[in-house]
Amino acid sequence: MADHNSMGIASELQFFGKMTASISHEIKNVIAIINESAGLLEDYSLMAEKGIPVDPARLKTVSERISSQIKRADGITKNLNNLAHSVDEFHKSVGIKETLELAVGLAQRLADMRSITLELKPPSDLSTVITSPFHLQNLIWQILDFAMDVSGDGKTVGLTFETGKASVKIRFTGLEGLRGLSETAFPTEKEKVLLQVLRATIHEDVEAREINLILPKDMDQQSSANI
Amino acid sequence: MEKVLLVDDEKEFLDTMAERMEARDMDVTTTTSPKEALKKAQDESYDAIILDLMMPEMDGLETLKELKKNNPDLQVILLTGHATVQKGVEAMKLGATDLLEKPADLKILTEKIKKAHARKMVLVQKKAEEKVRHILAEKGW
Repeated sequence: MADHNSMGIASELQFFGKMTASISHEIKNVIAIINESAGLLEDYSLMAEKGIPVDPARLKTVSERISSQIKRADGITKNLNNLAHSVDEFHKSVGIKETLELAVGLAQRLADMRSITLELKPPSDLSTVITSPFHLQNLIWQILDFAMDVSGDGKTVGLTFETGKASVKIRFTGLEGLRGLSETAFPTEKEKVLLQVLRATIHEDVEAREINLILPKDMDQQSSANI
Repeated sequence: MEKVLLVDDEKEFLDTMAERMEARDMDVTTTTSPKEALKKAQDESYDAIILDLMMPEMDGLETLKELKKNNPDLQVILLTGHATVQKGVEAMKLGATDLLEKPADLKILTEKIKKAHARKMVLVQKKAEEKVRHILAEKGW
């Protein structure tokens, strides 16, 4: 049986693998569209060579399609780059808004596959926490994964946060199918290890249909009591 | 003219691919919804169905299973972002005609569609012959 430490490492690798696999699938989709667009331009040039007139509007459509896919690919690679750099330091100041934006960016395709909408509604707040960015991303994904399972008929998971004196509360809202966490297997050992690393806690609010992740403003000076 | 149903959740991929296939004298219908694809496959007869492996609602293998359950003679070509031997074997076991990795070469895809069309014609012919044999045997001519 795997010990606690090796289980933690395996879980971290699983998260990294899951995210990079999803990103590579999305990049492949972008490449496929650009590939077909290039092929279409080749078709148009063959038509022109044969003296068949090509409507400039068709060329414009292809050009716009390529531009929009390049923008999409740029966003995907930015997320991949941010995820890759999240392991640079395990004790660092990070913006909560940026952290949630990255989390949603990484989870977007996986949510789409489950026909679930992720709604990020951060306050105009520049809150930061000193934490381990990689472990935080991993934990947010694990909660999101569970939240999507209990999103019910609404099929929407909202994300927002509130800043307290010594902690930040990240709220996963709209969980129509949420019952008491005591009635489910969540949080599992995987999440418990991450909570321990981040000195964070998870709370449920069944009435409000949400799960709250409480993060200390500095994980080395934990005090999540005041929110 | 080959009649093709193209199923992929990426609308821009569908639009571009359909335009290129139509320029090659194919009659192309597209849908981003696997459920709609199942309905279309029941309402119409296609020479080939090109199906993305990873889609919301239903994944490609699930859709393939349903398509083959409704019509075992359907010629289904799967498209995938990352083709693996395991996926290929699984798809073939479920009755896929072929599996291609994205981005696909349209020349290769077109060849596969033409082969699928020919295979479908053989199956239709065989069925017609069987029907004639059955009638002959029944009537005792």
